[in-house]
This record gives sequence, structure tokens and C-alpha cells, in this order.
Amino acid sequence: MNILLILAVVFGTLVLVRLANVAAIASKLSEENEEAEQESANRWNSIGMLTFLIVGLITMFYLIDAYAPLMLPISASEHGVAIDELMSINWIVLFITFLITQILLFFFAFKYKFNKNRRSFYFHDNIKLEAIWTVIPTIVLASLIITGLQEWNDITNKSDKMEGLKIQVYAKQFDFTARYAGADKNLGRSNFRLITDVNPLGVDSLDNTSSDDIISKELVMPKGAEVELVINSRDVIHSVYLPHFRVQMNAVPGMTTRFSFKPTLTTAEMQKETKNPKFEYVMLCNKVCGVAHYNMKMPVRVVEMAEYQEWLKSQSLVFPAAADSSAPASSSATAEMMSTSTTGTN
Amino acid sequence: MEVNPNKHIAHSAHADAHGHAHDHHDHDHDDNFWSKYIFSTDHKMIAKQYLNTAIVMAFIAMFMSLIFRMQLAWPDAKIPFLQDLIGKWGKDGKLDPGFYLALVTIHGTIMVFFVLTGGLSGTFSNLLIPLQVGARDMASGFLNALSFWFFALSSVIMLVSLGVESGPASGGWTVYPPLSALPQAIPGSGLGMTLWLISMVFFIASSLLGGINYISTVLNLRTKGMTMTRLPLTVWAFFVTAILGVLSFPVLLAAALLLVFDRSFGTSFYLSDIFIDGAPLDHAGGSPILYQHLFWFLGHPEVYIVLLPALGLTSEVISVNSRKPIFGYKAMIGSILVIAFLSFIVWGHHMFVTGMNPFLGSVFVFTTLLVAIPSAVKVFNYITTLWRGNIQFTPQMLFGIGLVSTFITGGLTGIILGDSALDINIHDTYFVVAHFHIVMGSSAFFGMFAGVYHWFPRMYGRMMNMKLGFLHFWLTLIGLYGTFFPMHFLGLAGLPRRYYAFTSYEAFDTLININHIVTVFAIIGGLAQFIFLFNFYYSIKYGKKSVQNPWKSNTLEWTAPVEHLHGNWPGAIPEVHRWPYDYGKPGAPDDFIPQTVPFSETPESNTPHDH
Repeated sequence: MNILLILAVVFGTLVLVRLANVAAIASKLSEENEEAEQESANRWNSIGMLTFLIVGLITMFYLIDAYAPLMLPISASEHGVAIDELMSINWIVLFITFLITQILLFFFAFKYKFNKNRRSFYFHDNIKLEAIWTVIPTIVLASLIITGLQEWNDITNKSDKMEGLKIQVYAKQFDFTARYAGADKNLGRSNFRLITDVNPLGVDSLDNTSSDDIISKELVMPKGAEVELVINSRDVIHSVYLPHFRVQMNAVPGMTTRFSFKPTLTTAEMQKETKNPKFEYVMLCNKVCGVAHYNMKMPVRVVEMAEYQEWLKSQSLVFPAAADSSAPASSSATAEMMSTSTTGTN
Repeated sequence: MEVNPNKHIAHSAHADAHGHAHDHHDHDHDDNFWSKYIFSTDHKMIAKQYLNTAIVMAFIAMFMSLIFRMQLAWPDAKIPFLQDLIGKWGKDGKLDPGFYLALVTIHGTIMVFFVLTGGLSGTFSNLLIPLQVGARDMASGFLNALSFWFFALSSVIMLVSLGVESGPASGGWTVYPPLSALPQAIPGSGLGMTLWLISMVFFIASSLLGGINYISTVLNLRTKGMTMTRLPLTVWAFFVTAILGVLSFPVLLAAALLLVFDRSFGTSFYLSDIFIDGAPLDHAGGSPILYQHLFWFLGHPEVYIVLLPALGLTSEVISVNSRKPIFGYKAMIGSILVIAFLSFIVWGHHMFVTGMNPFLGSVFVFTTLLVAIPSAVKVFNYITTLWRGNIQFTPQMLFGIGLVSTFITGGLTGIILGDSALDINIHDTYFVVAHFHIVMGSSAFFGMFAGVYHWFPRMYGRMMNMKLGFLHFWLTLIGLYGTFFPMHFLGLAGLPRRYYAFTSYEAFDTLININHIVTVFAIIGGLAQFIFLFNFYYSIKYGKKSVQNPWKSNTLEWTAPVEHLHGNWPGAIPEVHRWPYDYGKPGAPDDFIPQTVPFSETPESNTPHDH
């Protein structure tokens, strides 16, 4: 194999040397023919420009058509549908711009090839033209910015007003753990110094609200509920990425980040939607976090509310032994307190 | 921009440099190997040193990309020669997952910094600034040589880091802490990361020494008549690029130094609440987000440090080869300045989903999308320059047109990524990889190739082979669109970047097909670069001898003799009488009027505007 490789390199170089020699000799023979050579270069390259434009556009449309079925299915969250709509509007605007500019570029390159009997048009300024193509993009962009920002505010402001279902997603190399708030709807405090083998999230057992917390290696969410992911990491930056829900937020050690959204399609409904009985939601880590980054994931399931309640009952508590000695829940200690700093979502 | 006292100084400097040049000229033949090639302070030699170093680095980084592309397309296959190539990291032809990340990291670092920053600015700012403004050399030849040698040293350190036992830096080219700060988190964050940081410190020093030199040369050493509004757009681009570098690289240095402190001296700038390797760490109160702010405060201007020189080179190449003035010369300068200004206030768009305050995100959406306006102006101006031109298809012209095409394609997807709501789902996916490889990587490379083909005669006194140039261009264009265009689909399907393999995700199985296409085209594009490599070195030795002004250009560098002189012009420095873009002027006998021709000699083509 190595010999083959070396031979390939050697022969490749030899072929290039021969080609260049031939070209050099040819150009020496036709020293006076330089003009003709440039003329032929102009002809072939200008045809190349037009060909590239046409073949390129056809290939592009073909690829779009061929790969459309492989793209993400319909969004399984409420805000995701809005994001997809916004994306479609953007694509239309950008696609029109793309076509106009690329076609003009390659077509002009094709059309205005050198002709020694012609002079180029000495045209170096035109205030009106320049004003037009400054103002039009400005207006188009302004409308894209405004619609985009409205959507962004809708998505990020939710955690303020919603009394949502709090689920902590706790990331470490190389897995995620989910913690559910339990009956008192509050997540108990946690501290990285309390982490042990049996308490991998460092949950504070002295905090009353932690006694009914539930942990799971699977993220199960009820359909139609407002879910607030409370995201932490214990070692390096990870990212909680739920592509089917159009959700992504980094998990940053030393601070809490959040993302609120409403799942709208159960796993079963999505299986029907995608006509794929094996379809499963997945949470991926989307920030490089170490050697096994590519395998850091968590199974995700969306179920009907009733099924969710059932499932929750069957899960284990953070401190299985402490379950009996549950004290009255305190409402003051909330998830916000467990971190040293918080994000602007608060 | 006219500064009279400066001009005065400039003239006396010219006189000095002039005399100096003559002294040296007489015993040029005494130059030995060391003084000619190694310790040269001649800007033309330093430019060539930069270019050759960049070519070596670019090929190394390209090889890396081909290795990980093969891994991504055929994750289960054994690559036969891998073990011989990279030793224990490719045992039995299987790429090590940790080394995959190292390859991705070093590929990015080398391409962004060593090739497209050092290589691009270093080569063409050095070659063209003195020649195009009409100066004997850079403001400080010594600092200039020092700049290159820091660059060479940092390149060597970066390459040495590939050989360390625990592997090179592997946290991605952005080296976000805590991953990059903790050797427990990834082996590459040990000695490899230390070398990465040392290398970058030298790189930044090199970049600053180069930058202040470019700025002072443009401001102080312009020849008589060369006002700021008669500068070729190349020089404008290099000038603004240098300012960006001088303002933003120190911030990267600060970020790197704080990271060094966190890694080695127990500080907590970026670290807090960390439990790793079975034990809590003592670091408290730091924020990884701080690093991201510092990094991207450089990182975004860096994109334009890479892109603006390419746009500048292309402006010149497109105008010369269209035999037509660049359309909207002043709008082009204006858009360079606006882009440069905006580049400093958009860095947060890299951080929409990193935990930065969402309101801050909104501000960055606004500033980011504003960049599209001057960029659109530039594109329309390029297209209008082609309109009713008289186009000579040279390899550099093809690459110039290619740049405009990739700048459009990649720029448009930037509007999607810059929109925070849309960024949520495509952040850190292959969509981003596609976007920046097209708009920054390909465009900058196209600009660089355009520059090399156009100014090769100026550098080596010979011509490159045109036909090989055409072959190189078409294969590269097809290779790059075939590589990066399908990546958009991968990103829209939710495929994360920096994944060693997708084999454990059934949902992504259908996408392997796209990965095959991408890798095949990457290999085609990669092989095409060998045509360039061969053409470049073959032509240095055997290329056809160049005439003084092979492209019938207006700018000053073509008034200097083909043979390189220390001091550039044998006699007095030429004076400048007009702007650089009088191509195809009605009434003129030729279709170009060099900048050195006074209006008094061209009564037939003068317009009322000229007086």
C-alpha cells in the first residue's frame, strides 16, 4: 500500500512535469501567438462560467429535492413551529437574492469576454444605483431583524411568566442526568462539593425541597406542558441540544442556564408523523467536551400527561432512604439558589 | 486623511532611503545565503518567506482535514496508510477519537491564523504596500524581519505540539475553557495546550509587529501625489486589516494569558464549581463565558482580518482584468471602513446559546445583520464592474470571480446564523461549518490565489503556467462547492460538528450518503492543490520570463524593474498623478493609463472631472 502511495505521488509529479513541459514548449513555439492563446482562454473560460452557472443551479435544485426528506421533521415544540416559519421566510428572501446575484455574476463574466475591437464602458460611479442597492438591502434586513427579534424575545422571555415544570438537566463527561422537582415543584439545592458516587448531582440532603426530587437517565416530558430545563454542568461546557424541539442551550460549569418550551407531539405521534415506527427523540451534547463527546446523549420521550404521572411514580428518588422522613416543603429554596451565578433568563 | 507634517517626514525618509538603496545596490552580489534568504529585511523577500511558510502550513492543515473527512465518511473502514502517517493515533488504520479532535483543532488554528492571517496579510501587505504606495521599503525593515521570524517560530512550535506524547491541543480552535484548562478533561489540554498557547503568543507578537509596520508605512511613506484617495483598494484593505489586528489581537493575548494563569498558577478567571476526576477543584468565582467574550472580541474582527485582504486583492484583480475601473471606488473604501467598525461590535453572535443574557443577544443580532449592508454594496459593485467590461480570463480573474460567488453564498447563510432565533437550532451544527468555510475559508483562499497568480511575476520575475492555473481553478471551485454546499443539509438535519462518528445515532444513518459526497469532493479539491503547488515551484525555476507590466496594470508596482532591487526603483521614486483605475478611458490610445502619467500628457482622454 505504501509503495503504491509513493508510486502514485511520483507518477503524479512526473505527469505534471510532462504537462508543464509540453505547455512550455507549446507556448515557446507560439510566442507571437500569445494573443491567440489568450483569446482561446477567454473563449473556453467564459463558456465555463456559463456552464458552471447552469450545471450548478440544476445540481442545487436536484440536491434540495433529493435531501428535503432527510431534514428534520416538523417541530415537536410550539416555538419550534414558529422558528421553522421564520426560517422559511428567510430562505425565500435569501434564495431570491442568491439567484439574482449569482446569475448576474456568472452571466456577465460569460457575456463580456475580451474583444480587442471593443472598449469597456468607463463607468465608475453612479449615485442613484449605489443608493438603490444600499437602501433596498437595508429595508429587507430591517424586516428580517424585526421579525427575528420578536421571535427571539418570545422564546427567551417565557421563563419569567411561566410556572412551568422544572427539570434539571445535569451534564458531565459523558452523560446527562435529569432531575425532576417532585411533588413540591421545587428542585433541592445542590453543590458540586457534595458530589459522591451515590450522589452524582451533589444534591443537598439538608435542603427540605430535595427529599422528593427524582432522578432519571431518560428525559421524559408530558405533552402540552410548559417545560423549563434548568441546565448545569459539573466539569466542562456541554450543550443541551434537542434538534426535534428546536432547543439548544449550553451547560456551563459555575452557572445555571435555562430554556423553556412546550412539547406538542408525543413520541408515538412523531412516529406516525415520520412514518418511522422506530423514531425516538434524542438529546445530544453539542459543545465539544472531551474524547467521547460524540457519544454523549440522552434518550428523550414525550408522553401524554397521564402516562407521565405514572412514569414519574416508578422512578427512584435522589435519596431513596430519606423518602420517609420527608419534612414540610419549604418554598423559599428554589433552584436558583443552587448556583453561584444565574443567566439573564431570570 | 491628508496629514501634511507626515508628508514632510515622508519625503525626507524617501531621500534617505534613496541614498541608502544606492549604497547597497553596488554590492548586492555580495549577499550570501544568510543575508539574502534568512535575515533579509527587504519587504519583497519577507513577503516570499511568508508565502512559502504559509504554503507548507496550508498543505499540512489540508492533509489533516482529508484524514478526518475520510473518518467521517467511512467511520468503520480502516485507512491503510494511517498508522504510517500518524503512528499510534492511527493504530491499524483506525483514527483515535481524541486525535480526531486534535486534527480538527489544529486544522482550524493553522488555517485561520497561520495561513489566512499570517500567510495572506504577511505575504501581500509586505509585497504590495511599499510597491503600491511608492516606498523604498517598510517603515521598519528590522521589525518586519522580526515579525516574520516570530511567525516562523510560532509555526514551528505549533507543529512540534503535534508530536507530544499526550497529543496536541484538542478543544477546538476556539479552545474554550474549562476543557482547555483541565488536562483531566482531555489529554490534549496537557503539554499540547501549553505549546498551543506559547505558539499563539509568538503569533500575536508577529502579527502586531507586522501590523504597526503596515499602518505606519501607509500613513507616512506614500510617494508624492499618492493621496489616500489615490491608493489602490488593495492597500486600503491591508491598511484597515492591520488596524483591526492591532486593536483586537492584544485582547486575544489577554485571553490567552488569563488561561495560562488558570492552567498553571491556580487562578480562577474562567473556572468555577468544577468536579472532575473524582474530586472538586478549588477554583471559585470564575466564568467560562468571560473567555468567550474575550476570544470572540478578537475572533470576529479576525474573520475580517482574513477576508478584507482577499477582497482588496480581488478588487484590483477584477478591475485590471475587466479593463474597467472598479465601480464605486469610494463606496468600496467606505464599505471596508464600515465592515471594520461593525466587526468590533458583533462578537456576541457566536454566543447566542452559551448562556449570555438574551437581551444582549438581541443587540448583537441587530449589529450583526447590519454587516450585510456594506457587504451587499461590495458584491453589487463587483458585479457592476464586470458589466460591460472587457474581460481577460486569467487564472487570477477566475479566482476573483470565484471569490465573489463564495462571498455571496456564504454571506447569505450568515444572515440566518446571525438571527438568534434561527441560530438556536443550527448553532454548532454543520450549517455553521458550511457557512464559514465558504464565506471565510474559500473566499480568503480564492483572494489569496488571485493574488499569487497576479503578483507572481512581481515576486519571482516569471509567469505561472496559465493552463495549469485554469485547471486548478475549475477543480478547486467544483471541489469546494461539492464539499461545503451539501454540509448545509447536514446542519439543517441537526448534525452536530466536532463529532468523531455518528454511528450510534440511528436518526443520522440516512445522512451518511451526504458525508460520502462531501469527502469525495474534498479529496478532489485537495488533489487540485497539488497542481498549484507544482505550478508555483516549477514556475519559479522554469516559468516564462515576465515583462515589466504583464497585465497592463496602472499601479506603481509595475513601474519597478522585474529584477528585485533593495529599494525597489533604481532611480527616483515615481510620482503619482491620478487614481489607479483609469482602465478603458474614452479617448486614450491604450485601454490603461498608469498612475504615473500626468494629466498634461493625456489631453485626449481628460474629463472635466479630472481637474
